Amino acid sequence: MADIPAPIGLPPHAQGLKHHFDDSAQQLESSTLGMWVFLLTEVMFFGGMFGGYTVYRNLYPEAFASTSHFMNVTIGGFNTGVLICSSFTMVLAVRAAQLGQKKALISFLVSTLALGCVFLALKYVEYHEKWVDHHIPGPGFQYADPRYFHQAQILFFLYFAMTGMHALHMIVGAGLLITLIAMAARNRFSAEWFTPVEMIGLYWHFVDIVWIFLFPLLYLIGHTS
Amino acid sequence: MSTTLSPPPRIEPRPNYLNVDYGWRSWLFTTDHKRIALLYLFSITAFFFVGGIFAVMMRINLLQPEGVFGHDTYNKLFTMHGIIMVFFFLVPSIPATLGNFLIPPMIGARDLAFPRINLLSWYIYIVGGVVALTAVVRGGVDTGWTFYAPFSTTYSNTHVLLAAIGIFVAGFSSILTGLNFIVTVHKMRAPGMTWSRLPLFVWGHYATSLIQVLGTPVIAITLVLLGLERILHAGIFDPNDGGDPVLFQHLFWFYSHPAVYIMILPGMAVMSEIVACFSRKAIFGYGFVAFSSVAIAVLGFLVWGHHLFVAGQSMYASMVFSFLSFVVAVPSAIKVFNWTATMYKGSVSFETPMLYAFGFIGLFTIGGLTGLFLATMAIDVHVTDTYFVIAHFHYVMVGGMVMAYMGGLHFWFPKITGRLYPENWGRLAAMIVFVGFNLTFFPQFILGYQGMPRRYASYPPEFQTLHVMSTAGASVLAVGYIIPLIYMTWAWKYGPISPQNPWNAKGLEWEKSPTPPPTFNFDTQPIVTEPAYNYSGTGEEVEIG
Repeated sequence: MADIPAPIGLPPHAQGLKHHFDDSAQQLESSTLGMWVFLLTEVMFFGGMFGGYTVYRNLYPEAFASTSHFMNVTIGGFNTGVLICSSFTMVLAVRAAQLGQKKALISFLVSTLALGCVFLALKYVEYHEKWVDHHIPGPGFQYADPRYFHQAQILFFLYFAMTGMHALHMIVGAGLLITLIAMAARNRFSAEWFTPVEMIGLYWHFVDIVWIFLFPLLYLIGHTS
Repeated sequence: MSTTLSPPPRIEPRPNYLNVDYGWRSWLFTTDHKRIALLYLFSITAFFFVGGIFAVMMRINLLQPEGVFGHDTYNKLFTMHGIIMVFFFLVPSIPATLGNFLIPPMIGARDLAFPRINLLSWYIYIVGGVVALTAVVRGGVDTGWTFYAPFSTTYSNTHVLLAAIGIFVAGFSSILTGLNFIVTVHKMRAPGMTWSRLPLFVWGHYATSLIQVLGTPVIAITLVLLGLERILHAGIFDPNDGGDPVLFQHLFWFYSHPAVYIMILPGMAVMSEIVACFSRKAIFGYGFVAFSSVAIAVLGFLVWGHHLFVAGQSMYASMVFSFLSFVVAVPSAIKVFNWTATMYKGSVSFETPMLYAFGFIGLFTIGGLTGLFLATMAIDVHVTDTYFVIAHFHYVMVGGMVMAYMGGLHFWFPKITGRLYPENWGRLAAMIVFVGFNLTFFPQFILGYQGMPRRYASYPPEFQTLHVMSTAGASVLAVGYIIPLIYMTWAWKYGPISPQNPWNAKGLEWEKSPTPPPTFNFDTQPIVTEPAYNYSGTGEEVEIG
């Protein structure tokens, strides 16, 4: 599309300011509101699965409790710590962006990305354990306690749907972090304009929070009694 | 004395969004909300006619009591009619076309908040549409548009997965449109455009957007679970394996009932603009109409259980859902009363958009009141899954939404194209649509009440007269939709040039924005100094909140 001259009365563009906004403040407010609305849709997306989980846990409490003994609490707990640390480095990255510290920004983004990859790698180990133990729902599913065969299969179905969707969000987040690192390396951010860092930071925290709910619901329910 | 007349100077048309650039790149890579609205308009129209062809084939099948195409084909016909009309026509229809085109100029903005996301939403819609059409071409789906489990997960051997993926993908276009509208209305309003001065069109779309961003993710995850279950057969929705099929219905209707408000609220939004303009009066009770939209959006999330009265839902839950379904009728009724009160002592004129508005009020009232029949548990048990239900929601969706969509397209046709459509053809088509619609769907109320079940390819011979009437009406209705397609296409190229404000309507999009608008909608930043619909010029301010 050809370059359209800016209409009369518009101030000269600040860095990163799109033509249809009046000023950077309006643009930042819009991006922030847009991101929060998007996170709201994500809450509803995961909410559907949490709703299904609630229904079946109420229907089959004993079966669900028994499945948690087949979850790898060590890896799950370690991964929880990994994600909390990654949220911390993400916050530091946003802080570095605010201060316009390019080097610190890049190193904190890289550490966030590294922690995310650690999480995904450990998740892979867990999935592999499930595969070995025939805990993948479907025709090959096996369960130690025959009373709970069907119920446990439903729980594992929900386990893979919920943690799978969460892992998918982590992978998307890792891709976004790589984009941010590339942008930061090309000096695209400054103390005046770093909106993408802040927005992707929000997204990263949201994905972490989902895991904070998933971990106790899936791994710990049977460990109280 | 001889004077030689020089030829009149050729007046260059002023630059607008249509002539600023040509070529397919300038359309497919545009970020102009008006061009994206037109991309949507053309694609949605195509889906409307594809869905319409399936409807016509269903009606042909029902001419004979024993059916024409056979049961399997008929199952696919009604499924694909439903899927295409609901997810690819009704949900995006008014928001993605008229809303996309008009919200920025109505609030005095140069574009939506996120123009590239707006374009992305169209591409997502097209990808979803192509996937769904692939399912159609490869042999179709036979589950009904509701995809009830376990039939859809275990027993159906048609292209359920492909259709579900198409709908899943298209849902994101709906989410992105809603997100864009919410941010735009919050952050992009011109100086002086307070919330209490917003046109009701914008209020209606704001409420719609709330449902889109809160409801659509739930249908997305529901379809993900459905797809996984269809692949794995783990039994999450299969009672043989400890699963709960009613859970699927809950999840499905948690989106799909609010979705009917996604489909009707934008129609109501258009109605307020048309009724005010052609009554030359401010909308009666602006605050009530504005807040009734939000009330519908909120209450709409609390009534889904009225689809499950006969599905084994707890009776006490049903009683609550029944009560709430009555409550949600109140804000809808407020709107209808306020539109009629707006016309009272107004200078009502009968241009095409107003004819559609009259059609909307009458037909939506019938559709809404029969909805209350269905919200009454005792009656619902009798008419569940009959043609009564079909007639009810077609009165709302076609008699309401499509009427408003047609009215809105005529009302803003000059704005969009810069040309006038032929008024008499428009009036004629509006009448044909009204007659054809009633002939199609009124007999279905009677059929349903007498016990004709929905989704059946054959029926007892005593129902034939009513079915033939309905099919005849469908043919009339088809003519009523094809005529505007022809004259609007013609008028787009050859219609008389429109003045800036052919209806003398109020609103920034007519008064301050040139027709057709330039790329950034306004030549100078508009400043709002009066309430919406200030047709009397007195400037009576409405306080909200």
